[in-house]
Amino acid sequence: MGVKLLLDKANVPGIRSYEVYRREGGYRSVEKALKEMNPESIVEEVKKSGLRGRGGAGFPTGMKWSFIAKPEGVPRHLVCNADESEPGTFKDRYLMEFIPHLLLEGLIVSSFALGSNDTYIYIRGEYAWITDILEDAIKEANANGWLGKNILGTGFDCNIYVQRGAGAYICGEETALIESLEGKRGNPRIKPPFPAIQGLWQRPTVVNNVETLAAIVPIINLGGDEYAKIGVGRSTGTKLISACGNINKPGVYEIDMTISVEEFIYSDEYCGGIKGGKQLKACIPGGSSVPILPANLLLKTAKGETRYMNYESLSDGGFATGSMLGSGGFIVLDEDQCIVKNTLTLARFYRHESCGQCSPCREGTGWMEKILYKIEHGQGTIADIDLLWDIQRKIEGNTICPLGDAAAWPVAAAIRHFRDEFEWHINNPVLSQTSNFGLQHYADPIHVPA
Amino acid sequence: MSEQNLFKVTIDNITIEVPAGTTVLQAARLIGGQVAPPAMCFYSKLQGSGGKCRTCLVEVSKGSEKDPRPMPKLVASCRTTVMDGMEVKNITSEKVIEARAGVVEFLLLNHPLDCPICDQAGECHLQDLSFDHGKAETRYEFQRRTFKKHDLGKNIQLHMTRCILCYRCVFTADQLTNKRVHGILDRGDHAEIATHIEKSLDNEFIGNVIDVCPVGALTDKTFRFKNRVWFLKPMDAHRDCPTCSGRVTLWNRGDEVYRVTARKDQWGEIEDTPEGKPGWICNTCRFDKKETADWIIEGPREISRQSVIAQGHYAGNIGTTKPTETFLAVNDGRAPHLLMDIHDESEVNQPNIHLGKIQGPSHGETFNTNNTHKA
Repeated sequence: MGVKLLLDKANVPGIRSYEVYRREGGYRSVEKALKEMNPESIVEEVKKSGLRGRGGAGFPTGMKWSFIAKPEGVPRHLVCNADESEPGTFKDRYLMEFIPHLLLEGLIVSSFALGSNDTYIYIRGEYAWITDILEDAIKEANANGWLGKNILGTGFDCNIYVQRGAGAYICGEETALIESLEGKRGNPRIKPPFPAIQGLWQRPTVVNNVETLAAIVPIINLGGDEYAKIGVGRSTGTKLISACGNINKPGVYEIDMTISVEEFIYSDEYCGGIKGGKQLKACIPGGSSVPILPANLLLKTAKGETRYMNYESLSDGGFATGSMLGSGGFIVLDEDQCIVKNTLTLARFYRHESCGQCSPCREGTGWMEKILYKIEHGQGTIADIDLLWDIQRKIEGNTICPLGDAAAWPVAAAIRHFRDEFEWHINNPVLSQTSNFGLQHYADPIHVPA
Repeated sequence: MSEQNLFKVTIDNITIEVPAGTTVLQAARLIGGQVAPPAMCFYSKLQGSGGKCRTCLVEVSKGSEKDPRPMPKLVASCRTTVMDGMEVKNITSEKVIEARAGVVEFLLLNHPLDCPICDQAGECHLQDLSFDHGKAETRYEFQRRTFKKHDLGKNIQLHMTRCILCYRCVFTADQLTNKRVHGILDRGDHAEIATHIEKSLDNEFIGNVIDVCPVGALTDKTFRFKNRVWFLKPMDAHRDCPTCSGRVTLWNRGDEVYRVTARKDQWGEIEDTPEGKPGWICNTCRFDKKETADWIIEGPREISRQSVIAQGHYAGNIGTTKPTETFLAVNDGRAPHLLMDIHDESEVNQPNIHLGKIQGPSHGETFNTNNTHKA
């Protein structure tokens, strides 16, 4: 049993309510932070903890906080990014739905550290019922003096507001989120200036993921150094993984980033193996936008080392033979799944969610989807695969925000690792409509280049 | 700030000193020639424009004197400010050329290519861009997208299929008029310029959206299908207008004024008035004053000889185009290598040879010989 910091009390009955949460030791970190620490020392603790952003990019949180501009007389803001819309990722939903006070606790401490008196939770529009849960929790926290004016008599004022999005994936990009929060069309801004300098209403703003902010609570309670001891290397602390796909036990798991991918998939503590005793074919380890990996590259790296569930190990080998931990949306595909269809589904998602602001993403995502649709329905040609490769290469890195990259990577990885399956689809247009390419050699041990 | 804060920036091996806060694109425009990246969405007179079309991507091979690391990705030169000692590669970078070709392909993907019936043809930035960076053939084999038609009133014609979503007209309406009634609706590849509820654009300055539109998406209804721009003669003219500067370009054929536009500089942007303000013109000047008598004509407008509008008619424009000095500087003084010099390849254009004597598949003499029976 690994260390649990966020979900340790998740099974306590009634943890959603303030009384139970407080009785279980909740809001201790607010007392400690506001009374014993100052904003600088909190940022210092977070830096020491080595906490990395849990939203997907994995940027060190303490460093992000230290970038925030502090001009005189200009209010600063903290925004919680709860616009969790990446296919396969549902960890924040679990956290907010069952332990809303943990997020609020983290938000109060972080707001104190950043000097934000008006803090916003930008929540995905589809999470309508969670909005109600969070608003109830805010009311409870207000009533018990954890929010509002002069918290704990320290003179620190903080209000938390929940804002619902309208269901756009792009609003999970921090600058698009800020635009949307300002009441505008959710188009990502062109950076620089970064939100830490000019964010919400042109004021210095920090945007953090729900899980990142929740992780502030154990960091304050344990201390940054203690927190950094959990995990391995630069992957410190615990990470929520939302596992789904063809596994026996889909759900949200908290791991301490020291377990191997094999253990995570096959042990009964976590995913419990592949459903129906089938074989593992491929896995998207960090939410739909990270590169897909075939089974042989997933369990072992190209060098033949065991792959672990952490930032470094999953990205070992770069995009050629590795992937990313991303947001922790762990999608497992068994031998019956068709990679072409899977890629088409993802391409359709990104076409639908592209904001249409910059041309490579607006036009390229639609083009890729159409070609993939053609291949999937048995009308593709071999040249289409090369065309797809060329399109994704021209999208990647040339767009305003990372959605272009996110749309390009799954297509690139699918072609990189499963080109023979694409070719089989094209060469067997009739057969591919009724049967699957199957496992082939994806689970075989891979050739290790000397 | 101001004079002391001059930053040295090197673009394509040409070093220039510009004030702090200048963007890479504007610095490159100061050098001019091929060094200036193309810009479809950036418009220096409109605040907040740029960054969207991605045609102006450049490679920053050295960040600055203090931090010489190169930037990991290509950056949009219109929204990247220069740093002291920055080194930028535009036409000398293969990555840039490739990415730009990709962007042009993306821009043309759903473009209807209806140039033969488009009023913008001849002064269209997308035409120029495709000519410079595009491919001859498309790899797109699907149906191009279409839109439901929106009527924007009696003066402005919207062709949404031609739009490249540069947002320039949105910024124009935001910054020149009190209340913007059009904008971008929907998302992704079906995003469109439209009024939310059927409304016409009737603000006094809204006609300027026609001038800022880089393609034929917004055109002048009073000029629609009247003439091709290259058959018209642009004349600088002015009138005493109570609402705007009144400085315009008349597009004449004979004595007839076919259309009125603001004066545009070499980058296709509105010229500044002598007072230093952008010379936006009002709808009255643009749409209603179509008589020569309404205007005081200053003289023919200079048109770049590369423009199809010039047609070689304007003084000093006749002759072959020589590679500009910029190009020599970019190549460290080396003359450009011409892929095909017509003089080496063909006897045509050599004045000492009579065209009729040239040995070739067909020329004047053969033509005459073969057609004698008709006479």
